[in-house]
Amino acid sequence: MNKRLADAALNAAKSAGASYADVRIGRYLNQSVFTREKQVQNIANGESLGAGVRVLANGTWGFAATNQLNEQGLAKAAQLAVQIAKANSKVQKEPVKLAPQKGFGEVSWKTPIQQNAFEVPVAQKVELLLAANAKALDNGANFVNSALFQVNEQKYFATTDGSYINQDVHRIWPTFSVTAVDRASGKFKTREALSAPMGLGYEYMVPKAQDKIAGPADTGLIGYKNSYDILEDAALAAKQAKGKLTATSVTPGKYDLVLDPNHLGLTIHESVGHPLELDRVLGYEANYAGTSFATLDWRKQGKPYGSKLVNIVADKLQPGSLGAVGYDDEGVKTKEWDLIKDGKLVDYQKIRDQAHIVGQNESDGCCYADSWDSVQFQRMPNVSLRPGAQKLSVDDMVKNVDKGIYIAGRGSYSIDQQRYNFQFGGTVFYAIEKGKITGQIEDVAYQANTLEFWNSCAAICDQSDYRLFGSFFDGKGQPSQVSAVSHGSATTRFNGVNVINTARKV
Amino acid sequence: MAILSRDEAQSILKKVLSFTTADECEATLNGTNGGNIRTARNTVSTAGAVDNISLAVEARFGKRSGVATCNQFDDATLRRCVQRAEEVARLAPESPEYVPLLGAQQYLTAPSFAQSTAGITPDYRASQALAGIKLCDQKKLSSASFLEDESGFIAKRNNKGLEAYQQFTNLDFSVTVRTPDGLGSGYAAGDFTDISKFDAGRMTQIAADKAAASVGAKAIEPGKYTVILEPAALVSNTDASLLGALMNAFDARNADEGRSFLSKKGGGNKKGEKLFDERVTIYSDPTSADIPGLVFAGDGRPRQKTTWIEKGVVKNLYSSRFWAQKAGIPDIPGPSGFIMAGGTASTADLIKSTQKGILVTRLWYIRPVDPQTLLYTGLTRDGTFYIENGKIKHPVKNFRFNESPIIMLNNLEAIGRPVRLGGNFVPPLKIRDFTFTSLSDAV
Repeated sequence: MNKRLADAALNAAKSAGASYADVRIGRYLNQSVFTREKQVQNIANGESLGAGVRVLANGTWGFAATNQLNEQGLAKAAQLAVQIAKANSKVQKEPVKLAPQKGFGEVSWKTPIQQNAFEVPVAQKVELLLAANAKALDNGANFVNSALFQVNEQKYFATTDGSYINQDVHRIWPTFSVTAVDRASGKFKTREALSAPMGLGYEYMVPKAQDKIAGPADTGLIGYKNSYDILEDAALAAKQAKGKLTATSVTPGKYDLVLDPNHLGLTIHESVGHPLELDRVLGYEANYAGTSFATLDWRKQGKPYGSKLVNIVADKLQPGSLGAVGYDDEGVKTKEWDLIKDGKLVDYQKIRDQAHIVGQNESDGCCYADSWDSVQFQRMPNVSLRPGAQKLSVDDMVKNVDKGIYIAGRGSYSIDQQRYNFQFGGTVFYAIEKGKITGQIEDVAYQANTLEFWNSCAAICDQSDYRLFGSFFDGKGQPSQVSAVSHGSATTRFNGVNVINTARKV
Repeated sequence: MAILSRDEAQSILKKVLSFTTADECEATLNGTNGGNIRTARNTVSTAGAVDNISLAVEARFGKRSGVATCNQFDDATLRRCVQRAEEVARLAPESPEYVPLLGAQQYLTAPSFAQSTAGITPDYRASQALAGIKLCDQKKLSSASFLEDESGFIAKRNNKGLEAYQQFTNLDFSVTVRTPDGLGSGYAAGDFTDISKFDAGRMTQIAADKAAASVGAKAIEPGKYTVILEPAALVSNTDASLLGALMNAFDARNADEGRSFLSKKGGGNKKGEKLFDERVTIYSDPTSADIPGLVFAGDGRPRQKTTWIEKGVVKNLYSSRFWAQKAGIPDIPGPSGFIMAGGTASTADLIKSTQKGILVTRLWYIRPVDPQTLLYTGLTRDGTFYIENGKIKHPVKNFRFNESPIIMLNNLEAIGRPVRLGGNFVPPLKIRDFTFTSLSDAV
């Protein structure tokens, strides 16, 4: 049935004058469960079905989408896409050049999940979230909101190159926010979950001992790999949220930062992932997300992006990651490639119509659209910091820090439109003095320049500490689209970073 | 198919409701028919058209509730959608925050639909894009722009007698113009219900002038400065914003629960307290000709003209129906867009009256730092200029700021003439002691 519909679109596009066409017939399922304290706030099941047709006519892109899933509806969308392409070709300066791509015939790929989250009864999910809320409340939280997001993208993709690709992609994200309030002083503080959104099934919700990594001594923190213990984390979150109410306010100045993977992932995302998107580098995102300092000319100068320890790799393959798929949304088989090697920028992220610009003849396979009604474009693959080659535990890393701060979890994050100046917070902060964690501190944010920051990278823990952070809703493009992406790393140390105090009086 | 008339929409909704066995059931249809064109490097990059209607069904058994959505309208799919909502509802625990669905309501009428916008064609979009590109080609500047239009409707019906319908149109346009050496950048943006008021060429000209004028920026020390914040530095259609963040914090429950800047020490909230300069008045009015809004909220409550801040005093907070009943407070839904009362001064007038200060075209990547004080951080972008003796003296390098809209609206020096942006209607503001904390190399 899908093949017949796809062919109807491809044939209509060709008859209308398209030199290339692809069609994505998508069924997008999502389920979200929201709770607070002892009650359910909302349970929603979403299902969206439709098709998007992308064409090249007169060397110009055109796209149209429809929820009329019959041969006539798809043919009409294809004709509209060609009409748009032709209208816009009057504005086009240079025809689009696509990197060659062979057709794969009829192939399929599925996220290797163990338990489909959509088949788990809602009651079981509600019970788990309410149990987590109870743990937080029992441990002193005043409020707790928790949620479970599940996504299943069923995509059938066909091109005039001769590919018919069927993919079944799964993602899951449990999260919560715990709030502690001190009515007398009027203060309130929150601590966010230390889970990560993952490309996994419901197995992520079933904690396994082998997936837990102890954080630094005296913090009680646990890092989670391929499964998450929401009850354990909620209990700790409540204690830490209360701790934040009475924690010492940080003294601004230079500190050595020890960054947990669940925090560092967002810093990698913002200061390496985005600046190395080739469309940004070339100016295609100038009107929204911005451009990049890491231009082709900057790369030629050969200046170090980071210290020699910094090796950053892009991939769409890592099992359990949000980026993992078999083929991207323009039918390219996915792969792994280096972005930064021994501190030097070696490559960007690119898709079929960009490869020729950097003298390459192959896409990196990182094209994505967030729905059947969105046009596919270059999106960030997983971008990860390789762990250190030498054996190094978190406790051994902390031992060597004289004056530092340990940061876990995501907090406030802001970076300029060319990715130079950033300011990041976190969800929980610990002071490190003379090699020892001395207690929680608050009001911490670090302000740095991307290149200074990565060049201050002084030590990276080994593979045993490596795990994924994820972002479920990375925004880019106009109309804005979301994308889910993972960032792997091990705990990492950065020396002499500028820390500001964010407390104010109003 | 996407734009259904009131009768067509209600007839689908009636059918949906006929399929349910739930105690209470509410169905909502949301349809859009729209298109977009995107340009960069003075050429078109991507463009598209979308035609979609989605249905959301909420089913309730007693105090149990479930929601399901779909976007296909054959009877089998509609039945399945209702069944999925009912299944979820049966499995859900009873909600202690249950409030019965609303019955029949009276709604205002808003001038939210314009036939001119509903009739946009691919050729119209291409011609607007071309106007901006031609201008930048001539001036040897590089433009990136985005035009998106939609006409749409929302229709709602439930088995308690509620029936609602509204049509709307909107066109959003934004353009960033950069100099070829990458040393200058300018921006302009706006949104329109009726496209007869829209001219891409005129807006591109503003961005082009800012780009040319911003080349050769000098670094000045971060610190506290008098600033003139243009509307794109106060609200946004793409990003968080300082005034948007302030209005998002007007939730009564968060305030009553002690986790808002509107929470009172020891309990309660700050409604009735003067928290801002007496010239600050912010209200919403869905019938405004300048910025028409949606006349009903997501749960079907009618939206009326509501004053949030009057002469610096917090007048109203919005809340859920549950919280309004529990706390015994007025049942007011949140606004769809807000209006900040202004004066008649243009940005140029505000510059003329400034001895020393900084003109900020736009703030960007704005993120919360501390919800307690509404402290936000972000950066200036696309045209930042030093003002001396009533004149723009030279462009300056971009800054990172750390500032709270509460502090900002207490340090008010002057208010200009409001314009429409990001679904809101706001004036440029002159603010003293605005806090810049570091410099950015970004252009």
